Amino acid sequence: MASTATTTSTVKPRLWMGGIEPMKASYGKLMMWFFLISDTFTFSALLVSYGMVRFSYPAYEGAVEDFTFSNLYWPIPEKVYEAVPFLHGVELPLVFVGIMTFILIFSSVTMVLAVEAGHRMDRAAVEKYMLWTLLGGVTFLGCQAWEWAHFIHGTESGTVIRELVNGSWVERTIYGANLVENQYGPPAFADFFFFITGFHGTHVFSGVVLNFLIFYRTATGMYERRGHYEMVEKVGLYWHFVDLVWVFVFTFFYLV
Amino acid sequence: MADTHVHDHGHEHGDGSEQRKAIWKTFFILSAITAVEFLIAFTLGAGLLKVAIFIGLTIVKAFYIVAEFMHLKHETKSLIWSILVPCIFVCWLLVALILEGGSIFDVR
Repeated sequence: MASTATTTSTVKPRLWMGGIEPMKASYGKLMMWFFLISDTFTFSALLVSYGMVRFSYPAYEGAVEDFTFSNLYWPIPEKVYEAVPFLHGVELPLVFVGIMTFILIFSSVTMVLAVEAGHRMDRAAVEKYMLWTLLGGVTFLGCQAWEWAHFIHGTESGTVIRELVNGSWVERTIYGANLVENQYGPPAFADFFFFITGFHGTHVFSGVVLNFLIFYRTATGMYERRGHYEMVEKVGLYWHFVDLVWVFVFTFFYLV
Repeated sequence: MADTHVHDHGHEHGDGSEQRKAIWKTFFILSAITAVEFLIAFTLGAGLLKVAIFIGLTIVKAFYIVAEFMHLKHETKSLIWSILVPCIFVCWLLVALILEGGSIFDVR
């Protein structure tokens, strides 16, 4: 201890010259932040390209009440997402996706409560809140699975499209959407739906897996033996990021 | 040594009731903004104003999630700027590609 005291007194410590944490955060936490920045770019690229393609298509002009699906213009989102499970045939625009938003925000709250409990070394509370967070994540994934299934199968009446086949115009009714055809609008609309919500859903899924790992290690007392619950914080950062991305997806995909 | 710093900065709080109060306050703000967004979605006609309000409210929500839930507000200045400054590139990409999309529409 005496030797270290003499070295610090002879060499004046400088912020970026080693021995000090300039950002006052652990290596793992910093690396999680920088990973999240790179993930921000990935999601921004997806959402910005959605914006570009949307601006390259004509918008629907006319009264909202008279809106019909067509592959000639970009659809109004509230006319596409209006179904809610168990309420078949009832038009409830954006209600289901609103419920999904609340589920994700709420699971973010329970996650930050788990982090707070970790600071107090309260193992039982960390377990409890991690379970709530897991429940929120799994429920969100279930909702998304239902939404995808509904989007893929389409409405009962479908949409009649005209297309050029071997030099002559033919009319055909299409139901639902996949990567090549789409009853709600231009095929690109469905492509972006699958890619953006799919990429986000994959993030939610890996978040649920990580949350389960954290819950398991808390329950077996690993972090208690280690003396701190910093892993809960790191995975918490990732989970909040998933919530953050959903806030943007919700606005730019469902509202605007 | 590597692990001890975790308890050093900013987490010296007694029972954490202040933190929990702040967490629930943030939750109510986020919920209220989402509710307002719903209200606007069905009351305001489509147009530039509606889009501007939605984007503004989204940025407010993003601020509360990043600042409070992800705790960025309470980190050091150098960390805050290292996270925020790179996001300028996103704004650049957004403006560039939205203009590009408009040009594609003109020639399509």
